[in-house]
Amino acid sequence: MSNNIITEASTTIPAARRTGLSEAMRKMRRHWQLYFLILLPLLYFILFKYVPILGIQIAFKDLSPKLGIWGSPWVGLKHFEAFFNHPNFWLLIKNTLFLSLYALAIGFPVPIILALMINELRDGIFKRTVQLVSYAPYFISTVVMVSMILLFLAPRIGVIDHIRTALGLDSINFIGEPSMFKSIFVLSDAWQYMGYNAIIYIAALAGVNPQLYEAAKLDGASRLQKIIHIDLPSIMPIMVLLLVLNMGQLLNIGFEKVYLLQNPLNTSSSEIISTYVYKVGLVQANYSFSAAVGLFNSIINLALILLANFGARRATGSGLF
Amino acid sequence: MQKTNAIKEPVSDKLLLGIIYTVLIAVLIVVLYPLIYIVSSSFSSPQAVVSGRVWLFPVEFSLKGYTAVLNNPRIWSGYYNSLIYMAVGTFISVSLTFALAYPLSKRTFYGRSPIMYMIIITMIFSGGLIPYYLTVKGLGIIDTRWALLLPQAVAVWQVFIAKTFFQESIPEELNEAAAIDGCSDLRFLWSVVLPLSKPVVAVLALMYAVTAWNAYFDALIFLKNVDLYPLQLILREILIQNSVDNSMMVDIRTMEARQGMKDLLKFSLIVVSSLPVLIIYPFVQKHFVKGVMIGSLKG
Repeated sequence: MSNNIITEASTTIPAARRTGLSEAMRKMRRHWQLYFLILLPLLYFILFKYVPILGIQIAFKDLSPKLGIWGSPWVGLKHFEAFFNHPNFWLLIKNTLFLSLYALAIGFPVPIILALMINELRDGIFKRTVQLVSYAPYFISTVVMVSMILLFLAPRIGVIDHIRTALGLDSINFIGEPSMFKSIFVLSDAWQYMGYNAIIYIAALAGVNPQLYEAAKLDGASRLQKIIHIDLPSIMPIMVLLLVLNMGQLLNIGFEKVYLLQNPLNTSSSEIISTYVYKVGLVQANYSFSAAVGLFNSIINLALILLANFGARRATGSGLF
Repeated sequence: MQKTNAIKEPVSDKLLLGIIYTVLIAVLIVVLYPLIYIVSSSFSSPQAVVSGRVWLFPVEFSLKGYTAVLNNPRIWSGYYNSLIYMAVGTFISVSLTFALAYPLSKRTFYGRSPIMYMIIITMIFSGGLIPYYLTVKGLGIIDTRWALLLPQAVAVWQVFIAKTFFQESIPEELNEAAAIDGCSDLRFLWSVVLPLSKPVVAVLALMYAVTAWNAYFDALIFLKNVDLYPLQLILREILIQNSVDNSMMVDIRTMEARQGMKDLLKFSLIVVSSLPVLIIYPFVQKHFVKGVMIGSLKG
């Protein structure tokens, strides 16, 4: 009986596949309008995402404006070697990694804690106010954010300095202190994004089955126990997802803000790979060398996201892909 | 009898709740204070700002900062340019996002998964800054308005939001029924899907609009012509590079007054430049939350 079914199935498969293919062709023809629709966005992705990926080849070439990207001569790994032997190589790596790990260590848990706390509030004006206010800084542009930082931290006129002088302390030029730079960056980022980044967790917490809380209450669980045993596990998948995504961006850390916060006094601490690529590549027009630096950056990012994804799969059984 | 059976809240719970309220009140103050300080400073006199007498409310109320800002032609031109980039850019972005997300939301769309992969790959790997710059340069749109409208037109995350929305809110049966009645795909999209998609159009438009208004990096690398500068680039010059041209400093003689005026100007400028976003913020806040939530369903 079962043998019969198997042979029957195996004989029908090729036929099914054949009709499947022509079926696909028929479907494509019938839905030609959808393909027409998707043409323009696909062109966008090819033009602005995939052509640049092909352009990576200049990292292995000496770009000459006359010969263009495709015609320039190959030079192998020359630019990579130059970068690895560059006196600032380790400084750049150190600054970039340290800044992004620091940003992750603060920027990742703070929204989670905020969301867990907001979730404990009863619906009402206070809860809505906390949400409305904490999301607001997200909408401030980077330029304005940086100028706010500069205004608040400025010696003599900044509000922080006024507090210090009121307390009888010396005034400090915070933004000119290399040792302060990373904390300024990370803490202001937390200030700006904690509310917005908490939204996703608040949404997940709102979806938790209320029966779980009732059952926990009957068992005499305390608030803290409910948070640890119900709330945290229910947002775990999103935490993992965001952590993996964040890992992939580790070396891409906010060029826009770092660049604006830089000044000649703090560069020893604030020069990171992306700002270096910009300065060498676009300001000094040293295209090939800085493309190599950029590629190095992209490859490390890719490796990190794959590693984080692998780790997440091993640890929790779910990853991003 | 019933009452004694009710479970009382233990002391530790009350303590935890107390801590939560305290921390959240502190968060409120920490977030709000800088914002209030900036608005109050912008309405104070230059002397009050420079001597640090502003703490919470405006001191020696004056509109000098605003008059200086509004008298600057470059700020007007930046405002005008930014409005164009925001309006046109949002239109292009939303249209492209729709045109991509709608076919991808159809389970019957042949070639759906390779296209999905093609898009997701761009999320985790990119050519980097230099090839990106050279590509845009090669297209010959550098130093034109197109350089700010096209290269960042589609955001992958927004495509996911739209796609998830279509899948959840437009039933496949509706399309099948319309198809039997002889309705073409484009017609269906135009007369059925689009009217049903107002909430997601709002979400996408808001996200793209805020990004467009706040962006400065592409303008920094692609634009040389000052007449095309968006507001953020003008702001950068005045706020961060401290270049205030003297037309804004008429009638100010002493160094001290000059410094005060410079600082006051910054506060007023921050308020003026954030105005469009601040005005719409309370109304759009819900939509933003909705957008983040639709996007999170994907994960």
